[in-house]
Amino acid sequence: MKHQSASDVPAAVMPDGLTSKRRRLLLSAAAIAIAVILPFVAKNFLIFQLTLAMVYAIAILGLNLLTGFNGQFSLGHSAFFGIGAYTAAILMDQGGVAYYWTLPAAGIACMISGFLFGLPALRLEGIYLALATFSLAVAMPQLLKSSPLEPWTGGVQGITIIKPDAPFGLPLNPDQWLFLFTLAVLIALFCGAANLINSRTGRAIMAIRDNPIAARSMGIDIALYKSLTFGVSALYTGIAGALGAIVIQFVAPDSFTFVLSIGLFVGLVIGGVGSIAGTLFGGMFVLFVPNIAEAVSKGLAGAVYGVILILVIYLMPSGAAGLVRLIGSKIARRTR
Amino acid sequence: MELFLHQVLAGLATGGIYACMALAIVMIYQAIDSLNFAQGEMAMFSTFIAWQLMQWGLPYWVAFFATIVISFAAGVAIDRIVFRPLRNASLFSHIVVFIALFAILNSLAGFIWDFSIKSFPSPFGTQSLFGSGLMSTHDAGMIFVTLIVLVLLFVFFRYTRVGLAMRATASNPESARLVGIRVGWMVALGWGMAAAIGAVAGMLIAPVVFLEPNMMLSILLYGFAAAVVGGLNSPLGAVVGGFAVGVIENLAGTFIPYVGRELKLTIALTLIVAVLTLKPSGLFGRAIVNRV
Repeated sequence: MKHQSASDVPAAVMPDGLTSKRRRLLLSAAAIAIAVILPFVAKNFLIFQLTLAMVYAIAILGLNLLTGFNGQFSLGHSAFFGIGAYTAAILMDQGGVAYYWTLPAAGIACMISGFLFGLPALRLEGIYLALATFSLAVAMPQLLKSSPLEPWTGGVQGITIIKPDAPFGLPLNPDQWLFLFTLAVLIALFCGAANLINSRTGRAIMAIRDNPIAARSMGIDIALYKSLTFGVSALYTGIAGALGAIVIQFVAPDSFTFVLSIGLFVGLVIGGVGSIAGTLFGGMFVLFVPNIAEAVSKGLAGAVYGVILILVIYLMPSGAAGLVRLIGSKIARRTR
Repeated sequence: MELFLHQVLAGLATGGIYACMALAIVMIYQAIDSLNFAQGEMAMFSTFIAWQLMQWGLPYWVAFFATIVISFAAGVAIDRIVFRPLRNASLFSHIVVFIALFAILNSLAGFIWDFSIKSFPSPFGTQSLFGSGLMSTHDAGMIFVTLIVLVLLFVFFRYTRVGLAMRATASNPESARLVGIRVGWMVALGWGMAAAIGAVAGMLIAPVVFLEPNMMLSILLYGFAAAVVGGLNSPLGAVVGGFAVGVIENLAGTFIPYVGRELKLTIALTLIVAVLTLKPSGLFGRAIVNRV
């Protein structure tokens, strides 16, 4: 599952470009094949959990585009996740829109809000940007609960939506279908992100991260690219939010607090900052490790989670992607 | 007008809490050059230690100073044990470790002392000041102690060798090491001091908000906001920022009709972001200039 997307490593790092690219493609194909078979052998609850892990992976990918590739800090992505989820839920509940049409709608809504939020954020850097985005995350649940918006958002109660069935009379239960649906969206979005990063635009985005002054002197419009990256990042997270709403069948303001933002951030760092494939590991971590911690000790779940987190950071300070890269280069050196 | 004055004074009283916390945040920022998300939980844990000491029969002031010493030692220990091995890791890894510390301290406190709300005594009493009902003696005492800590910090950073060495370490570790400063211990000292100031803040705040493992969550938020508005490298700014946030929060809740009460926090935060957009280094902070 970890290698679905190729080319998150710059070409210069790979000693033998073509063969390793082919190897990556093969690995990705194998991973996708395993993922497609999975819903037919696993239990429904596990399928549901893996679907959610993929949803988080998409959200973390959105955060990664902003933080990992553009160098802008955000602790506010729970807000975009929430906007996406609510857009989907309101459209399905009150507009009677089919679930698959809510994804582009949520994406566009989030892209616009992300772009607009990105504009004032241009003046802020590092810790200040972190606080500004954090404020957004803190404000979102209150806004969703506030009385002017209640006719649409349902206030504290939230909105319940119905789980979609498989189309065309396919012999799948809703869990299996949603897994495959999410997988398809995930593959499309991962390919999109990989292409974006490897394009001229992607290089501009990374140049801004590495040295804004040099980037500007090469003629890159920093303000435009930064706010556009904010928009695209929000788009990814918004689509993840919409998917999350469909999978969980329920949205409520308190699911989108800053705790979610922090979770996404942890997933980003554990998966690997600046790695597309690593976000999958991050998604898994965010979903499964708190459950594992709870299983170890009910009363001390938080402490166990914290200790696991610290140990993981000790073992792989540059995330899962960094560890894979390290092992890969060691093997390559050994075999040559 | 009277309502306005009343709300400003009440805002100053809550602002004192935020100022305390902001001071601790700025302190650690001076020492390690990043924001410590676990600061609030460290303060909460220290407060629980003070409470436990008092349960065992120690008088208030003995417990107060014992807690400060214990917290200082614990802060140094956290740096030596947890952060020393990660000295060269990225900022992202550090933030995740802060989050981990947050989870550990919160869960441990809940495990040891459970989640029921406990009352914490105040050394200043809780009757209202001058009989006006605007501010209690505890609020006034809290503001007073905050100002004392501020003056002590100012003197420490401005006029002592160690204080200067700590500032040098925060602003440029390599050069600091070259002139013979033991950078590692300066950072550890910064952690210790931040933990100690956090402990003072926690013990002053606890009589107002009551003692329980989640008491610091929203206060930490306001503390961050205050520190950033005031300027992260200015202790004075942190205190002014704290009072400003308290007053703004209160006034917004009272005078903005319809959404004021529900969106108090949102309005305060929006104002802060607005301040930052106009003056990105905070009201009292120095703009950081990088050499190209």
